[in-house]
Amino acid sequence: MKAFTYERASSPEQAAQMVARTPNAKFIAGGTNLLDLMKLEIETPTHLVDVNSLGLDRIEATPDGGLRIGGLVRNTDLAADLRIRRDYPVLSHALLAGASGQLRNAATTGGNLLQRTRCPYFYDTNMPCNKRTPGSGCGAIGGVTRQHAVIGHSDACIATNPSDMAVALRVLDAVVETVQGDGKTRTIPIAEFHRLPGGTPNVETVLAASEMITGVVLPKPLGGVQLYRKVRDRASYAFALVSVAAVIRKDGGSRVALGGVAHRPWRVEAADARLADGARATMAELLADARPQPENAFKVTLAERTLAAVLAQARI
Amino acid sequence: MKFETAATVNPIDRMKVIGWPTERIDGPFKATGRASYAYEWHDVVPNQAYGYIVASAIAKGRINRLDVSRAKQAPGVIAVVTAENAGKLGKAQRNTATVLGGPEIEHYHQLIAVVVAETFEQARAAAGLVEVDYTREPGRFDLKAECDSATDPGKITGGKSDTTVGDFDRAYAAAPVTLDATYTTPDQSHMMMEPPSTIAAWDGGSLTVWTSHQMVDWARSDLATTFGMQKEKVRVVSPYVGGGFGAKLFLRADAVAAVLGARAAGRPVKVALPRPLSVNNTVHRPATIQRIRIGAEPGGKITAIAHESWSGDLPDGKADGAVHQTRLLYAGANRMTATRLATLNLPEGNAMRAPGEATGLMALEIAIDEMAEKLGLDPVEFRILNDTQIVPDSPSEASDDDPQAGAPTEGHESPERRFSQRHLVECLRLGAEKFGWNRRNPRPGQSREGDWLIGLGMAAAIRGNHMTKSAARVRLDRRGIVTVETDMTDIGTGSYTIIAQTAAEMMGVLLDKVVVRLGDSAFPVSAGSGGQWGANCSTSGVYAACVKLREAVAQKLGFNALDAVFEDGHVRSGGRSLPLVQAAGDGEIVAEDMVEFGGITEQYEQATFGAQFVEVAVDAYTGETRIRRMLSVCDCGRILNPTAARSQVIGGMTMGVGAALTEELAVDKRFGFFVNHDLAGYEVPVHADIPHQEVIFLGDGDPMSSPMKSKGVAELGICGVAAAVANAIYNATGVRVRDYPLTLDKLLPGLPAIS
Repeated sequence: MKAFTYERASSPEQAAQMVARTPNAKFIAGGTNLLDLMKLEIETPTHLVDVNSLGLDRIEATPDGGLRIGGLVRNTDLAADLRIRRDYPVLSHALLAGASGQLRNAATTGGNLLQRTRCPYFYDTNMPCNKRTPGSGCGAIGGVTRQHAVIGHSDACIATNPSDMAVALRVLDAVVETVQGDGKTRTIPIAEFHRLPGGTPNVETVLAASEMITGVVLPKPLGGVQLYRKVRDRASYAFALVSVAAVIRKDGGSRVALGGVAHRPWRVEAADARLADGARATMAELLADARPQPENAFKVTLAERTLAAVLAQARI
Repeated sequence: MKFETAATVNPIDRMKVIGWPTERIDGPFKATGRASYAYEWHDVVPNQAYGYIVASAIAKGRINRLDVSRAKQAPGVIAVVTAENAGKLGKAQRNTATVLGGPEIEHYHQLIAVVVAETFEQARAAAGLVEVDYTREPGRFDLKAECDSATDPGKITGGKSDTTVGDFDRAYAAAPVTLDATYTTPDQSHMMMEPPSTIAAWDGGSLTVWTSHQMVDWARSDLATTFGMQKEKVRVVSPYVGGGFGAKLFLRADAVAAVLGARAAGRPVKVALPRPLSVNNTVHRPATIQRIRIGAEPGGKITAIAHESWSGDLPDGKADGAVHQTRLLYAGANRMTATRLATLNLPEGNAMRAPGEATGLMALEIAIDEMAEKLGLDPVEFRILNDTQIVPDSPSEASDDDPQAGAPTEGHESPERRFSQRHLVECLRLGAEKFGWNRRNPRPGQSREGDWLIGLGMAAAIRGNHMTKSAARVRLDRRGIVTVETDMTDIGTGSYTIIAQTAAEMMGVLLDKVVVRLGDSAFPVSAGSGGQWGANCSTSGVYAACVKLREAVAQKLGFNALDAVFEDGHVRSGGRSLPLVQAAGDGEIVAEDMVEFGGITEQYEQATFGAQFVEVAVDAYTGETRIRRMLSVCDCGRILNPTAARSQVIGGMTMGVGAALTEELAVDKRFGFFVNHDLAGYEVPVHADIPHQEVIFLGDGDPMSSPMKSKGVAELGICGVAAAVANAIYNATGVRVRDYPLTLDKLLPGLPAIS
């Protein structure tokens, strides 16, 4: 770990200013991912701005019937919120499928959206990784790739986004709210928030360097049967091989997004319309461009079968 | 004390303290944080500095340049040690890889430097400033590709590398029912909770290390060899060990780096291995490729059985002993086993819980299940049909310098070599009854509950019961406290408690009158913890010392030691009864002895047996396997403490589930290292994976094993479990997987079609 300086911000604007004015500065909230990466010198910020006491820890109703989730709301609190459990159960289920109780107590909504890949080549600083060291190459391609992406990847990177929460937010069409160092605020649809790797896998979101997530807005409830099915090698405390977030409505308007298959939560709106035709038809649209690695071709089959399980469960 | 003839009635048989479920006497210390683990001896020596390890970034090749100048100038740095300035180091015989690498690199994450600083953070930051320039050399990292160049290692744990009995080829060719199948097991990691850690302090020419080690005396002699010292100048302290499973049998980088760092810094230094180094810097259970052929008569009698295994290791390394149990487990007149060892440039392969049996049974016990199906026999009945009370293969031979082998046993070439005790059939029958085996549908893929495919599976288990000498010292003081001192370790197994129970039983006192002091080379040399020999051998050593103490007490009190009864804090003989404490008077009585094994323990094959039963549910859509319940029936002599023994067995069963379903060190065959080198990537079972476990111990003591009549327990628990899970998955799904671990991707192609 490199030595770093630390200060505590008292407002979102001030936090963004602090990061903007200090080179190589980063926000820290729960720290559940950042501190690990700093110990391994994968992240090497020289200055940390603590955003834990900015009052962004509330979940409030919005005028159009949705909810605004403060960027600092802890994963545990979000999953347990009665309105979330009643109106957005897919989000609650996704959160509870991730990490452990201790981690969820510390991890925040904003931080969860910014967690970095769990690709082992990203984590081992002796290995090439375009995400960690741009231009060094991708260690994973041709190596151990069971957990990696099957779609949307590039020759530069085949990493996946590990978040469960983000997959649920994607299926709910959430909107991310931010503030920048100059005080400007903006909203970013979740569909546009995470980037595909392309030639710059080190750039994972559309956020500017000093831009901070202040909240996530959920549109008014979708109703329907909402399910999150996470498939992994052990029963708990593992990242998804494949996950399915789905909102199934009898009157049409069903939706599906996948986790564990791409550099961002994977949703193709055209596939939603095929849900009524079953898992195979949906996947034909959703994973039409899949280009798996030799070790993870099973993910394509697994995704289809997992969706079939979800659809069967939704019918019950 | 020599143990050479079968034990007769002795004070342990009273079983007033021994044999009772007893909570750990060290439990409160651990639960309240007062038990110091190796890295936590903050107060034993002042002025401790922190060492941080720099590990090789390549698997094979050379260091061209190792520049420590920036690291040396970093804040707080006291010293940086590399092979260039470490001085000449010896190599302990038990080590395969050189601990301190450079300029030659033998494996990934090999220790190449240690940076010592005032704080841990300073040491870690400075370690990141060490600059290394390497020349990478091509290496061999693919076991399958190296099988053809594999050679005969000459010996394996427990005997010769190759054995033949009768004429396998002829009998196999003539057999009406045959099986020829190949199985693979992956490299596995011990992943004990506590990483290897050491504090080292020099005092002139004397060295003290507080470390985490299973074998105190081995650590002592290996340190002496490595640093060119007399063994007497080295003191090793290791009273609490946070798990080992074989990873802490030998000298590792934490100890060598701490000792080198302390010498260079001129003050005590502590070093712990970060979790990623626990995998590639230390040792692992090596991967195997195993071919098994079985021939049988239509009625189910095995007429031919062959087991061949290939594994790899660094040059001059060891082979996994996967074939060994096949020489012992089932009858059959014509047999062959063979072991070949390939050279690999992966990190060092070595002992992990039940080395040999664990991997061998993963293959053999699937093969037996497959064979039973071919014969149309119930797998339990097929095993019973081929049970034997006579060792079916040539007897085990000593492999004298192999630490995995435990006490050498000299084989006596006799066609009638028998087991000291073998209750495998009883384990199988009782297990089948208790588990409800008769509810299993022999046709696979037939039982379904909602989306879950349900299956039952079982396997037999065998694990050697090794005996090795063990010494202890026992003191009786004027308060009536009995203090036991031995360098035995407690690696989470319950050694403190069973040793206290032994001393209490022998001296006729309650546990609150016994103090146990372990893990210090200042104490008599014990068997140590390994090869599941620790409990039986170390308590036998304590028994021996207590016999001496009883003699001294009797003499002091004027009793005849032979008929004196030690009970309720008193010593009785004839019509007289005197308080035990009276013998100590105003001083202390001290006795010391060592148990040594021979005679009967060598004439009979010593082993523990078991039967493992598992019920699984496999998701019909996704192939996710969930264990529903497990049962282990164990035949392992007298159980000294049912609470501790059960804990050991369920731990083994849990590890077996990991071996079956998730645990695999993923090899990058280009860069030559284990990629998933942390607990996120190397998945061991979590609580949610292990819902219900039951353990039954058959009650008998084995008088040929020791005066305690006990045997090893802890490693039997893992044996056969993975195969039982694999067989249950087959029963649930009809998918036969022969490559561990049985991850869902291997099941998907055979699962029911989805609508």
